[in-house]
Amino acid sequence: MKTAGKRFWLKQVTAAAATITGFATLAPLALAQEAPKSVRIGWAIAKTGHNAGGTAATVTPNYQLWVKEVNAAGGILLKAYGKRVPIEVVEYDDRSSTEEAVRATERLMTQDKVDFVLPPWSTGSNLAVGPTYEKHKYPLLAATAVTDKAPELAKRWKHAFFFLGTGAGYAESLVSYLESAKKEGKIGNKIAMINIADGFGVELANATRKAAKQHGFELVYDKSYPIGTQDMTPLLTEIKSKNADVFIAYSYPPDTMLITEQSRINALNPKVMFTGVGTQFPMFKAKFGVATEGIMAPGGVDFDAPAIKDYFKRHKESAGYEPDRFASTIQYTTLQVLQQAIERVGKIDRAAVTQEIRTGTFDTIIGPVKLENQMLTKLWYVGQWQNGEFYGIAPANRAGAKPAIIPKPAWKN
Amino acid sequence: MNLLDILLAGSTLGGLYGLIAMGLTVQYGVARIMNLSYGEFLIAPAFLAYLGVTAWGLSPILMLLLVLPLGFIVQWLVYQLLLTPLVRRTGAGPALEVDSILATFGLMFVVQGVMMVAFGGNYHSYTYLSTPVQILGSTVAANRLLVLGVAIALGLGLYLLLTRTRMGTVVRAVSVAPRFAPLVGIDVRFTAALAFGMGGAMVAASGVLVSMFLPFSAAMGTMFAMKALIVVIMGGVGNLMGCLLAGMMLGFAETLVATFIDPGLTLAVNYALFLGVLLLRPTGLFGKGAR
Repeated sequence: MKTAGKRFWLKQVTAAAATITGFATLAPLALAQEAPKSVRIGWAIAKTGHNAGGTAATVTPNYQLWVKEVNAAGGILLKAYGKRVPIEVVEYDDRSSTEEAVRATERLMTQDKVDFVLPPWSTGSNLAVGPTYEKHKYPLLAATAVTDKAPELAKRWKHAFFFLGTGAGYAESLVSYLESAKKEGKIGNKIAMINIADGFGVELANATRKAAKQHGFELVYDKSYPIGTQDMTPLLTEIKSKNADVFIAYSYPPDTMLITEQSRINALNPKVMFTGVGTQFPMFKAKFGVATEGIMAPGGVDFDAPAIKDYFKRHKESAGYEPDRFASTIQYTTLQVLQQAIERVGKIDRAAVTQEIRTGTFDTIIGPVKLENQMLTKLWYVGQWQNGEFYGIAPANRAGAKPAIIPKPAWKN
Repeated sequence: MNLLDILLAGSTLGGLYGLIAMGLTVQYGVARIMNLSYGEFLIAPAFLAYLGVTAWGLSPILMLLLVLPLGFIVQWLVYQLLLTPLVRRTGAGPALEVDSILATFGLMFVVQGVMMVAFGGNYHSYTYLSTPVQILGSTVAANRLLVLGVAIALGLGLYLLLTRTRMGTVVRAVSVAPRFAPLVGIDVRFTAALAFGMGGAMVAASGVLVSMFLPFSAAMGTMFAMKALIVVIMGGVGNLMGCLLAGMMLGFAETLVATFIDPGLTLAVNYALFLGVLLLRPTGLFGKGAR
């Protein structure tokens, strides 16, 4: 009883003192305050379930690398207190369920009261947690979401930032690139397309249908397949019989591997072969080796840039494997953006940090980054395996773009 | 796609489905344990094969021979240590099925967690026998042909073992009448453990075979277990030939639908077939009435 009373009395005095100091000296108040012990960063990501593979390839190693590097340097510099503050991590497994992701995100914001929350992997999960970020006014740095709704969502969600572009962006970029190849007489006007019946596949296939029509291509095969398909032979045999010069598959990692392997077995060797997520993974290179030559996919890196080379090296040392060549660089970029925004603001002020992300220019591994309408549009939309590296080839006018190899060389073993 | 293409694609896919379900049908049919951790014990040998090939430079065929006894021992131990107390407590009555579902559900998370810690959540894959084989002008991958061969060999071998040997008769007796088997001097618990181990050997073998041509991750076990469960129920619990036949039916249905109608409907036709079989024969294709 006595201690409680004492504490109460102390509280009163401290509050009074704070008020007085506050009135007396408004400006240097922040400096007078004690710096927080840590910057608390939370994430709820898929450690188990069907999203675990993509998360382990693209999300987890980057989050861990960033935290490790920042803390090794002493932490994030909060200039309001004139000192570096280390990152403290709160982590949850969302078990690949969007409901669980939303619940865990909510818990991070309201119960754990972390300072910033980092998003899970995949378009669907990012869109699912979006409203929660908006409700609690946390910035959402979506690095693994490709959606045509991004421009519309950015208007509605003032705290959401989309770093991986829109489905239409990828489709338009690919098809207009193909059109220029057609004009040069390298390929005909027939496209065969398959897609996985899930978010990413459906969005990109829809966008490609539209783009193909605009650019004068004919879709001679256009089918979807369900998640978990374990044999692609029927589709590939049909496609082979259509004699299309271009084969596009908007696929997920397991089926990307399957499509590539079975295309090789069935000697399906179109002039342009474009496969989906997974093509950019180190596993793809490890499994197919020289047979990857000429295969295209979304994404790409400017591997000749020193910052990218250095990032690859650090990633490999930290995680034990190379980053993927699609969203990994973007994922790491979002973390650099967040860190620089916090350091410029100089304290944990989410509204100010969000504003800085919206308007600032940041120095990242993919070069200077400035968002337009909360979206990053300077991206590699098409990449291609050339000599064991997955280079960006489109947009062709971007610095570091390599000319594409068309036609794709014969399968090598 | 000509007739031979369909025949090859359908039978290799069907053989795969039959193969991954055979171990489960033996475990469920004889030991009466609905093993929900089945898929994890398929993925674990796949990882072992991956290690064998990439780190130790061993042939996957050697790994296949190695995991047969290993899978047997592991599942035999699981039965002896984890499940025997349940069998004892429930007197092998109807409560056993519920209890064992809960126990193996927990085991699933343990095994999955261990694999997650050891290998991470990434997809893993290596290349073996990924060479085209020409059969009368049709092309099929050598590793898929191997799966079909092993599925038929294991199915036939086990079928003969169960129907032509004394041990097989004992196992079948336990499967058909677990309450009365002790009356003729059969050690039910020993036999059930044996069958559970046999199922373990088969699932381990199928895990290694799957790793030869499908990318896998620590989180993928449940998917295989679900597929296996459908095949087991369709074929009739505890029936190996039914298992192989049900697998073939699913494989051919998928291939035919993907070729002639729409690949998007393969999943739908799978479940339609499953429902159809259950409506016409509630105990499965080769099921023997209510137990």
